[in-house]
Amino acid sequence: MKQLAIAVLALATILMVACGGQGAATPAATGLTSDAAAVAKERELNADDIYAALKTFTPSGKLDPYIMFSSGGQSGQVLIIGVPSMRILKVLAVFTPESWQGYGFGGGGEQVLAGGFMPNKKPILWGDTHHPGLSETAGEYDGQFLFINDKANARVAVIDLRDFKTKQIIKAPNAINDHGGAFVTPNTEYVIVGPQYAAPIGYEYAPLEQYKEKYRGIITFWKFDRSKGRIDPAQSFQIELPPYWQDLCDAGKKVSDGWVFCNSFNTEMATGGVELGNPPFEAGTTKNDTDYLHVFNWKKAEELFKGGKAEKINGMSVIRLKTAADEGVLHFVPEPKSPHGADVTPGGEFVVVGGKLDPHVTIYSFEKIQNAIKAGGLSKDAFGVPVIPLDKAMEAQVELGLGPLHTVYDDKGYAYTSMFLDSAVARWTLGGPYASKHPEPGWKLVQKLPVHYNIGHIAAAEGDTASPDGQFVVALNKWSIDRFANIGPLLPQNFQLVDITKTGESMKLLYDMPIGMAEPHYAQIMKADKLKPFEVYPQIGWDPATMAVDPKSITTEKEARVERKGNNVEIWMSVVRSHFSPERITIKKGDKVTWHFTSLERQRDATHGFTLSGYNINLSLEPGMTETIEFVADQAGTYTYYCTEFCSALHLEMVGYLLIEP
Amino acid sequence: MKFSLNFDSDVQVLLPDGSKRSLMSFLIPNALLMFAALVLMVSMMLPYWSMSLKAPQYPKGLKVNVYVNHLEGDVREIDSLNHYLGMPPLDEGGRFERSISIVAIATLGLLLLAGVFVHNQFAALLALPALGYPLIFLADLWYILYQYGHSIDPKSALGGAIKPFTPPVFGEGKIGQFGTFAAPEIGLYLAIFSALIVLAGLWFHRAAYKPLVDARKRVHASKATA
Repeated sequence: MKQLAIAVLALATILMVACGGQGAATPAATGLTSDAAAVAKERELNADDIYAALKTFTPSGKLDPYIMFSSGGQSGQVLIIGVPSMRILKVLAVFTPESWQGYGFGGGGEQVLAGGFMPNKKPILWGDTHHPGLSETAGEYDGQFLFINDKANARVAVIDLRDFKTKQIIKAPNAINDHGGAFVTPNTEYVIVGPQYAAPIGYEYAPLEQYKEKYRGIITFWKFDRSKGRIDPAQSFQIELPPYWQDLCDAGKKVSDGWVFCNSFNTEMATGGVELGNPPFEAGTTKNDTDYLHVFNWKKAEELFKGGKAEKINGMSVIRLKTAADEGVLHFVPEPKSPHGADVTPGGEFVVVGGKLDPHVTIYSFEKIQNAIKAGGLSKDAFGVPVIPLDKAMEAQVELGLGPLHTVYDDKGYAYTSMFLDSAVARWTLGGPYASKHPEPGWKLVQKLPVHYNIGHIAAAEGDTASPDGQFVVALNKWSIDRFANIGPLLPQNFQLVDITKTGESMKLLYDMPIGMAEPHYAQIMKADKLKPFEVYPQIGWDPATMAVDPKSITTEKEARVERKGNNVEIWMSVVRSHFSPERITIKKGDKVTWHFTSLERQRDATHGFTLSGYNINLSLEPGMTETIEFVADQAGTYTYYCTEFCSALHLEMVGYLLIEP
Repeated sequence: MKFSLNFDSDVQVLLPDGSKRSLMSFLIPNALLMFAALVLMVSMMLPYWSMSLKAPQYPKGLKVNVYVNHLEGDVREIDSLNHYLGMPPLDEGGRFERSISIVAIATLGLLLLAGVFVHNQFAALLALPALGYPLIFLADLWYILYQYGHSIDPKSALGGAIKPFTPPVFGEGKIGQFGTFAAPEIGLYLAIFSALIVLAGLWFHRAAYKPLVDARKRVHASKATA
């Protein structure tokens, strides 16, 4: 027995020595190989470049630790990007038809898109996506849902992260545009979208001369039903606001849970008219030295809504401005000149507002705001909303430079603010409970890193949650000017990855990623392991709309068939490598066709497409998925349908004929 | 009373001719045969054989595990690939065998248990099916594979280009870009192990009961002469 123990011990030691020896011999530990050094010399790469390359290079088969969900700007879509490799993984179809995903060319995507049409059914087939909002549990991303707004038409979309598909688009009644959202309350009770350019409630006609009387802002609190994965409009409400052009918003968390903060930039109530000799909006809205930070008590608002104190306008419950002001739902605090960004710190203690035309960020203390509200005796603005004096609410101001906009956070007590005019990322220290996390004193600028160019939003790894990760910041730059090859007068945007792993003046630029499909706004970066998406749909016949098996689907090729009842033709089609069944379908001109497709595939990535030539139809049929299209066979003739996704060696042979008799 | 494992080694069995044998020598073959039956039953719940496929576009490979009464694993995907070659669905092979397997193997086990109560050379006859079972399984598997590789549908996409073949029962093969690897699995090892236990059981059975049979013979002989 003793001998055996010695033998085991000896073996273990040999193994350890062998493994240790191997580790020591790797090139990483001994510096660059001569080959690598030659490449560095040839490509004129310095030590910083090599560091950046090592931080970002992701060998084939290795996966990114973070996934970035970026607004797709005017494309109406959402970009899914791996971080730090900065590889685009998917351009997810949201507000705009997208043919690869079969979104809007027959099938369920058309119904999702139709949900966002105007109340008079006028189709809106694009969106101006601004701010993605990942669903949260206890102030942390939970990897279940993603919401994003369409600024142009005051709509919001719900994306289910089990299959990365848009499930719902919903138009806010009473509002014609929006901006401050989508963002969620700490447990995704509400998906909130704040307004932007004021309009009469229900965007009815009213001359601009009646701006103060008739024009209003509308913030929408969409109730999210997590079990259904849908927004429930019957449980949602809106709050009427003064026409101050509310801008960006954020929900309080932890100590400030139950509150929402939005800034505004037209307390001047400018109405434009440069052609009439009035100051243009750009001048009219910037006249005052301060605008108003809006402080909402949303739990109180919810109470009023549930207590029947909201008014139904165009089918939506609206808490009137007077009720909001009188009942303590809404307070104002002045904020310096044309502010932008209202970003709550990880613990919920402070709200940071960027100055835009003021060189400071202003830090508001939630505790001080609460004390001021409790103390009472506040003066009121023109609409009867109580105003807390700035000095009663402010914790600190930090001078950062020109054009501070948005702020995100890390795990070391630093804040990162995008500096539009300076084209820089500013790292500065938080004070209060964060002061002990970094070596510098609180409320001090630490470093400004030039970025290229005109940074708008800024994103950090889990940087707007209750526990930011640090590691990376991405600068979402509006201009790229000279960073990429000239491809004509419309230039890509530039996402720049920044290393923030070390403290002090150590931020480093790592990577430039061109975005050549629109101008994105905000992005959120989540730990990749929080996502648990399907590899293939769980069962054959799965309908992404209901997230359940469709009773109209089939499970075997034997059930594939065509049935006719009068001039209604119903087709059940099986789809599997490398054939459709049936392959020949003969119908008559004028027939009303209902066509069900079921993918019988169970293999990951064995996706098929389906297009019917001449009928503007294209579907993506992912393993296990079912889809239904309906159309009237209004063109007689011979039409082919084929698989549009290269599925197999005999993909070209995956085809069929639809014969429509005259 | 202190608990202790007690084989009653102090107990002797009196044979008809007056000679004595220890009780232990009779317990051992019984225990072995019963254990062999148990191992056989356990094997039914485990895979007997597997076929793994490797190809560039299947980084995790494909594998089908064959149990005595069903197939598990990537059956669907392998079938969907095989249809190009005109090979029948995997499920069609050995249907009859799978339908009777549980009853048949349970019967083998019962025969082994019956051997415990048969105290002469006929016990070996009862144990013979369990002893031969692994060989029968392999022979049948070869036959199913032979049938499988010789039922190619000439109307399939590539059926005309494939000559009839028998996939190997064990070891490597190659079909198109797929490398195949067939291997015995734990269930088959257990069946073989069970057969070895049966062999040992029979050896001890003979050692225990031959003296009894002989003693009876002697008593009969002495009665006859008397």
